Amino acid sequence: MKIKSQRDFWSGLMFLLVGIAFAWGSTEYSFGSSARPGPGYFPFGLGVLLALLGALVLFKALTIESAGGDPIGSIAWKPLLLIVGAILMFGLALPKLGLVLTLPLLIFVSALAGDEFHWKDALLNSVILTIGSWVVFIWGLKLVIPVWPTFLVN
Amino acid sequence: MDLLSNLALGFHTALTVQNLLYCLGGALLGTLIGVLPGLGPVATIAMLLPSIYALDATPALIMLAGIYYGAQYGGSTTAILINVPGESSSVVTAIDGYQMARQGRAGAALAAAGLGSFFAGCVGTVIIAAFAPPLTELAFKFGPAEYFSLMVLGLIGAVVLASGSLIKAISMILLGLLLGQINTDVISGTPRFSFDIPELTDGIGFVVIAMGVFGFGEIIANLGQPAEHREVFTKDVKGLWPTKEDFKEAWPSVLRGTALGSILGVLPGGGALLASFASYTLEKKAVRNPRVPFGKGAIQGVAGPESANNAGAQTSFIPMLTLGIPPNAVMALMVGAMTIKGIQPGPQVMTSNPELFWGLIASMWVGNLMLIVLNLPLIGIWIKLLTVPYRFLFPAIVTFCCIGTYSLNNNAFDVYMTAAFAVVGYVFYKLSCEPAPLLLGFILGPMMEENLRRALLLSRGDWGTFFTRPLSAGLLVAALLLVVIVMLPSIKSKREEAFQEE
Repeated sequence: MKIKSQRDFWSGLMFLLVGIAFAWGSTEYSFGSSARPGPGYFPFGLGVLLALLGALVLFKALTIESAGGDPIGSIAWKPLLLIVGAILMFGLALPKLGLVLTLPLLIFVSALAGDEFHWKDALLNSVILTIGSWVVFIWGLKLVIPVWPTFLVN
Repeated sequence: MDLLSNLALGFHTALTVQNLLYCLGGALLGTLIGVLPGLGPVATIAMLLPSIYALDATPALIMLAGIYYGAQYGGSTTAILINVPGESSSVVTAIDGYQMARQGRAGAALAAAGLGSFFAGCVGTVIIAAFAPPLTELAFKFGPAEYFSLMVLGLIGAVVLASGSLIKAISMILLGLLLGQINTDVISGTPRFSFDIPELTDGIGFVVIAMGVFGFGEIIANLGQPAEHREVFTKDVKGLWPTKEDFKEAWPSVLRGTALGSILGVLPGGGALLASFASYTLEKKAVRNPRVPFGKGAIQGVAGPESANNAGAQTSFIPMLTLGIPPNAVMALMVGAMTIKGIQPGPQVMTSNPELFWGLIASMWVGNLMLIVLNLPLIGIWIKLLTVPYRFLFPAIVTFCCIGTYSLNNNAFDVYMTAAFAVVGYVFYKLSCEPAPLLLGFILGPMMEENLRRALLLSRGDWGTFFTRPLSAGLLVAALLLVVIVMLPSIKSKREEAFQEE
C-alpha cells in the first residue's frame, strides 16, 4: 500500500498510538459506571475516541490523493538538537552556576543554532541579555533565582 | 442606571496611576510583539504569567488584556508596511494595505487601520459593558450538563478556525483534553498518568505547554527554514492623514466591520481571525464599484477587516468574563492568570470582584485610546525594530522562556518538561497539526470532566440528560450545526480559499 500523504500518515499514526496508550493506561484506574463515573471513565472514552479519529486520518492518508504526496520535508536537526540541548543545559546548570554564568552559556549554545554565528554578536547578546534579565527578573520582579555560582557564594 | 454606575466604578479603578501604567505597559508590549513576526500574544502572555505572582489581580489582568489588543494593532502595522502580518488576524490587512503602501499611501492605510480599530474598540467596550450582566444572569441558570455542552460548542467552534483538516483539528483537541487528564482526579483523589513522578501529580503546567509548543517549537521551525528576505522599502512614512475621499470611503466599511466583528467575537471559537476574513468578504460584496479595485490597494479592504478584528478581539472577552470559558488560546491564558491569582473564573466574578470586572472593561477603552495616541507617532520606531536581525532576537526569546519556566515552581523539572514540549511542538509543525486547539482542550479538559461526571451523577447515569435539558440540547445542536456547516462542500472550499490567501 502506498502512502498518499506523508504528513497525515504520521499524524494519524501518532493520534492512534497516543489514544491507545491513554485508553490502555486508564484501565488501571477504576472505571465506575455511568451513574458513578470513576477516575478512569473520562480518559478511557477520550482515548478510544482519539484512536478512532487517528485511524480515520491514517485511512484517509492511505486512500485519498494529495498534492505531491504532502512530504514532511527534511528535519532541521541542528536547531532542534541545539535549542532543546540548550534548554536542558539551562535546567541543569542554573541551580549550580547561577544566572550570571548560565545565561551566557544558554545564549551561546542557542545562537549556534542559527544560520550565521558570529562570536562578537553572541558575546554582545549575552552581555545585554544577562544584564537585562537581571534588571527585569531579579531587580524588578524580585524572583528567587540563584544569581551567583554556588562556589562563589560559599 | 446600573450601566453608568458600573462604568463609573470601572473608570475609577482603571484611572488610578498604577493601573494606567500597567495598561500602558501592556499596550506597548503588545504592539511590540505584534510588530515582531513569530512572537505572538500567546507566547508573550505565557512568558509573563510567572511574573504576575508579584502583582495584584486587577493590574495583572489589565496588563495582559493590553498585550492582547495591542498585538492586534501592532500586527497590522507590519502587514501594511512590509507585507509581513505580525498576527494571524492581520493576514487580510496585508492584501490591500501593502498595495496602498507601495503606492505611497502607507500613511492613509495606517491611519485608516488605527482609527477604524479605535472606533471598533470603543463600540466593543460598550457592548461588553451592556451585555455582560444579562449573560451572567443566564450563566447562573447553567447546570453541569449545560456547562459541558457549552464547552463542546466552544471546542468545536475553535476547530472551525484551524486552517488544516477538520479531523486533525478535532484530534488535536482530544489530545489536549487527554494531556489535561495527567493530574490528580478531583473526585476520588487518585493520581493519574503520573508514572510515580511527584511533579506530575499536580498536572502539567499550561505555561509549560504554551512555551514549549508555541515559543520554542516555533523558533526551531523558523530556524529550520532558509533565512527569509524581508524587503523594507520605506524608511519613514510620509503623509500620515488620509484624504477626504479616503474618509468618505472608509467609514461605512468601519461600521460594517465593527458590527460583524462584535457578533463573531462573542461566538466561542470565533474571535478576531474569523471576523477579519468575514469582513473582507463582506466588503468585496458590499462595495460595488470601488475607486481602487480590491487587492490593488482599496482602503475599504483595510478599514473593514481591521475594525472587525479589533471589535472581535474586544467582544471575545464576553464568554471569558461571564462564563469563565475561553474562546481562544489568549483567553485561555487569561483564565489561567485569574486562577493563579486565586479567582475562580465564571459568572460570580462580576459580583465577587466588581472592581476587577468593571476595571478591566474600562481599561480596555483607556487602552484603545492610548494605542491610537501611541501608534501613529511610533510607527517609525516600530519599523526600526524590524531591522533587528533574527539572530539577536531568538536567543532573547529562548532566554526569557527559560527563566519564565524555571520561576514557575523554582525548580528545573518544568524546564525539562518545556524542552520535551519543544520537540512535540516541532513534530506538530512538521505534521501540519495546528497546536491552538490542543491548548484550548488542555485548559478545558479538567473542567469538562468534572461537569460531565457531575451531570451523570445527577442524572443517575443517563446520557440523555444532555439532550433533554433545553439549554444543553440547544448548545449541542449549535455545535452539530457548526460541524455540518464546515463540512458542506461549498463552505469547505471557501474556507480553504480564505486560508490560502495567507
